[in-house]
Amino acid sequence: MYRRWLWPSLSAPGVLWLIVLFVVPFYAVLGVAFGTVDPILFQPVPIWNPLQWNVGWVVEVLHRLAPGGIWFDVGIRTIVYVAFSLALCLLIGYPVAYYTARHAGRLKGIILILIILPLWISYMMRMLAWVNLLQTDGYVNRFLMFTHVLSQPRGWLEGSSSTVIFALVYGYIPYLILPLFASLDRIDRSHLEAARDLGASPWSAFRHVTLPLSKTGILGGAVLITLPMFGDYFTPNIVSPTPKTSMIGNQIDLYFHGGPQPTVGAALTILLAAFLTLLMLYYMWSIHRAQRDVGAVGAL
Amino acid sequence: MTAVAESRPTRGFSPAARLRGWIRNPWGRPRFLVLMTWAYILWSIVPVLIAVQFSFNGTRSRTVWDSFSTRWYWGDPVDSVWHDPTLRHALVQSFKLAGADVLIAVPIGVLLALGLARWHGRGSGASNFIMLFPLVTPEIVMGVALLLVFTELFTFVHTGTTAQILGHVTFSISFVVVIVRGRLFSIGRQYEEAAADLGASPFVALTRVLLPLLTPAIVASAAVVFAISADDFVISQWLSKGGETDTVPIRIYSATRAAPLPSVNAIATIMMVSTLLIVTLGFVAWRVFTRGERKEGAKEELGAFGM
Repeated sequence: MYRRWLWPSLSAPGVLWLIVLFVVPFYAVLGVAFGTVDPILFQPVPIWNPLQWNVGWVVEVLHRLAPGGIWFDVGIRTIVYVAFSLALCLLIGYPVAYYTARHAGRLKGIILILIILPLWISYMMRMLAWVNLLQTDGYVNRFLMFTHVLSQPRGWLEGSSSTVIFALVYGYIPYLILPLFASLDRIDRSHLEAARDLGASPWSAFRHVTLPLSKTGILGGAVLITLPMFGDYFTPNIVSPTPKTSMIGNQIDLYFHGGPQPTVGAALTILLAAFLTLLMLYYMWSIHRAQRDVGAVGAL
Repeated sequence: MTAVAESRPTRGFSPAARLRGWIRNPWGRPRFLVLMTWAYILWSIVPVLIAVQFSFNGTRSRTVWDSFSTRWYWGDPVDSVWHDPTLRHALVQSFKLAGADVLIAVPIGVLLALGLARWHGRGSGASNFIMLFPLVTPEIVMGVALLLVFTELFTFVHTGTTAQILGHVTFSISFVVVIVRGRLFSIGRQYEEAAADLGASPFVALTRVLLPLLTPAIVASAAVVFAISADDFVISQWLSKGGETDTVPIRIYSATRAAPLPSVNAIATIMMVSTLLIVTLGFVAWRVFTRGERKEGAKEELGAFGM
């Protein structure tokens, strides 16, 4: 009896904690999003019984996100920013992870520590560092004017999409490089030797062996940074003062910290979570497929 | 440097042959990748070092260097970290949350990891599933959920320190579980089985055999939890009630949007040094505890600190 209850009872506090403070809060978002709003005080009136849920607010938010709606631009902008940032992160991160895993030699340990280091520096500290550098009289402008790239200082922090994307890349890239490194480091060199022995050029060995074998790392890292980027609101807020660069996360933030309508914010949160769940399912499906393909390469 | 020389297979040939050999050698070090990697490392670290430098600036500027001074740490009677109450409170609040988070999340997480690793009955699958969710949920979604649950359902918990601690523990538990479970897998079951063969009950095997073996993972997860709690912005902000419950990351965030002084760089530097110190201590402790059991270099140990 006691033998059987030992392990579940060890898990009990943790499971209970996560049910009360993770599952129930999720339900609270649903209750508010599918609830009504007090007509006088504008306070949300949550509905806890799913059978009585009011879909009005979620439908309203969907309308605003649809083409022609007031948030359509914000939605598209979010996707474009995330897509650009992800592409740039991969473009910079893959060569770095590849070099560290394959060629770093004796320096591998040091390079790995230097790559991990930013993960332990607060995100806000790293953003503050760039806010300092990108000021009108900051080092970036002074350097660019010194090298005659610019003839007069540029206002990097006055609301440009490229600055927001740059900040997103800077903020999230360490989280991508690590899983990339892990998957590249795991690749057995004998696969590559075999490809080269069979006459593959370095490029085609990379394309047909290394790239497919690192696919799980690429996908894993991509998901790891895409999910939080879709919910980001602080990065655009820090590096750009205008609503012209705001993302979906900024809208949610606005409805809770500025506006009077948490119900709209909750509905938007539900839709964001649903969208990210779809992304997650797609990721799990592609991992499944990638592992099947890797199985085929391994069998060669 | 010798490693570079060794990787050139065609030493002594003409430059053209050497270049061809260099391109063809699949194990050589492509120079483009070397440059790219070091450029990346400089790009990711130098801006932070410059921010640290300006925390020691003698004037109010964060962009023009004047002279070395500690005025923004304690010298300035009004705006230094030591004398400005908002900055001092932020520092205290950050350490308070991180400390409480370690004290609550680590025991709960260790027990949960043990339970999930050994429990295979009804409900274990679902528990595993719930445990993984906080790791993939964007913080803003978690922030909204916790804020709404404290304002609409558990209204006896007001926003502020208590709510912040509850929120921090909620996202920290899963990190502890992942680290401890990795260690449990690498230990295997043989020590427990040996203890059981020698007549130990499961509980005795757990407390006398398994927990001591888990010490490195427990220390590592404490360091990791401290760091992620101290660096957390979103959950702290959503559950803050302003004033003294604003943490250091919240102060930095609001300062970057106003006209900040180098004292913000100073408080960010203090926080960064503390976090890095704790993580390094945890890493060293992990190495000391696992000395003699390493077979394959830095992989497993960095695994715990890489996330």
